Amino acid sequence: MSESEPPLLELDRLEVSYGAIRALRGISVAVRRGEVVALLGANGAGKTTTLRTVSGLLKPRSGGVLFRGERIDGVPAHHVVALGIAHAPEGRRVFPVMSVLENLRMGAYRFRGGARREDLDRVFGLFPRLAERRTQLAGTLSGGEQQMLAIGRALMARPELLLLDEPSMGLAPMVVRQIFEIVREINQQGTTVLLVEQNAAQALRLATRGYVLETGAVVMEETAEVLLRDDRVRAAYLGEGAA
Amino acid sequence: MSSFLDYLTLGIVLGSMYAIFAIGYTLVYGVLQLINFAHSEVFMTGGFVGMIVLTEFAPSRPHGFPSVLWMVIGCLSGMVGGAAIAWCLERVAYRPLRKAHAPRLVFLLSAVGASFFLYNLCGKLFGRTPIQVPSLYTNSVLFHWPGTSVEVRVNQVVVVGAAVVMMIALDRVVNRTKLGSGIRAVAQDAETAGLMGVDIDRVVSRTFVIGGLLGGAAGFLYGYAVSGQVVFTMGFVPGIKAFAAAVLGGIGNVRGAMLGGLLLGVIESFTVPLLGSEWIDVAAFVILVLVLMFRPTGLLGERLGRSA
Ligand SMILES: Nc1ncnc2c1ncn2[C@@H]1O[C@H](COP(=O)(O)OP(=O)(O)O)[C@@H](O)[C@H]1O
Ligand SMILES: [Mg+2]
Repeated sequence: MSESEPPLLELDRLEVSYGAIRALRGISVAVRRGEVVALLGANGAGKTTTLRTVSGLLKPRSGGVLFRGERIDGVPAHHVVALGIAHAPEGRRVFPVMSVLENLRMGAYRFRGGARREDLDRVFGLFPRLAERRTQLAGTLSGGEQQMLAIGRALMARPELLLLDEPSMGLAPMVVRQIFEIVREINQQGTTVLLVEQNAAQALRLATRGYVLETGAVVMEETAEVLLRDDRVRAAYLGEGAA
Repeated sequence: MSSFLDYLTLGIVLGSMYAIFAIGYTLVYGVLQLINFAHSEVFMTGGFVGMIVLTEFAPSRPHGFPSVLWMVIGCLSGMVGGAAIAWCLERVAYRPLRKAHAPRLVFLLSAVGASFFLYNLCGKLFGRTPIQVPSLYTNSVLFHWPGTSVEVRVNQVVVVGAAVVMMIALDRVVNRTKLGSGIRAVAQDAETAGLMGVDIDRVVSRTFVIGGLLGGAAGFLYGYAVSGQVVFTMGFVPGIKAFAAAVLGGIGNVRGAMLGGLLLGVIESFTVPLLGSEWIDVAAFVILVLVLMFRPTGLLGERLGRSA
């Protein structure tokens, strides 16, 4: 990658508030093309707020969101997805009374001609479970299947950048491993990933770099190997002994 | 037997009108979780616009096919009028509140205020006494129920036919088109719909317009074929009933509104021989309360987007 190329996504001293609550206190984050970047932190640290600001659901109070070097903060969510950013939100948020197939088609809503055959085939290739259940209502799927659907639905938008908010939430370890394997595959197929996780161990095995967020501020920014070996990270997020 | 069929016929006519009226309440509830109480004025507008078009433009005594054609023209004009008012309502009475994240109660007040404004404006413009809808048209007997002498008239067939066409069209729009999937997605999870690229404002606006088309048609058909007249307050009672029909079927559920409307019309119709006509308005609500006691989410369930 050339030095002059701007990061695919750059958060520049981003501040976001909910009324009087300051959720993000000027965070700066960069995601380069091809990376998997992990955004770690305890509950309430501001991870979800970060992703929601990137995808246009929230407007920053100050600071900027740059995508391919251009400001996109203030662009409404339904236009952000058309720029190439897809968001698989916290809690999966599949459309419960639409079938699996309809949910995937919703992911391609931004395209004039609707969902493309090859995109559906790709998602069904990554998640054979979804193919088996294509006519089932999404609300009746298991948690793991819903997570697969949420990711598959995001892929239908053909994103350059995929935002994943706690894909491991509430899932059995085996399912988590499976899903993270697929995220790796998605990344290898060329999609850049910004991954929000409380499950730092799994996330860092996948990520190239990571940021640790505490009460709305970045407290660490390191490569995944460094973070995995860091005592504070191990203590706080990997559940290994007290610091 | 023959009087049974008579009342059934009347009930179906009334019910198909309630059904298309109720759909407007249920659609808007689906996307905004808001009872659009001003929808009764969309109905009234449809009645007035249809009446004006017939009075001004229709020849005085068309017969046969032209008379049906003029009924269709009246209905289409009512739809256009209803859609226009519904579109304005969304822009003026609701969108600013949505942008300001106003609490629920404020929406309700805005709805009631818009309703007062519109029907008083109408009373001011057209007077407060009922105006006859030109009833110069052929309304001959089209057929008899098989094996009986019970008559079914042209107007009745046109009302039911128009309602059926509209319901089929609506069902297709909601379930088979891109706008329809946008509406269902917004109803199920508006924010996530936005993440998929759905322009929520546009979907909401179009939902009002669709409800307005059907509500305007209902208003015209009511004025033309049921009451024979239009008046500025004409939306109030049918509006409450259509809302009740929507709740009866499961608010937010389009097929529920269709079923609820039809049932309500038939029940009302049979109230006349069973209890007397003074019980009509009571019966509908007694049934509503009874159904909700046993099925709080209505007959087909509230689930937004199931067939919505
Ligand atoms: N809708 C909201 N209204 C008010 N405060 C909120 C809202 N959403 C999140 N917050 C607050 O913002 C902070 C960051 O939340 P969030 O981004 O959800 O954290 P995380 O995803 O890391 O758990 C928390 O203090 C949370 O209480
Ligand atoms: Mg979160």
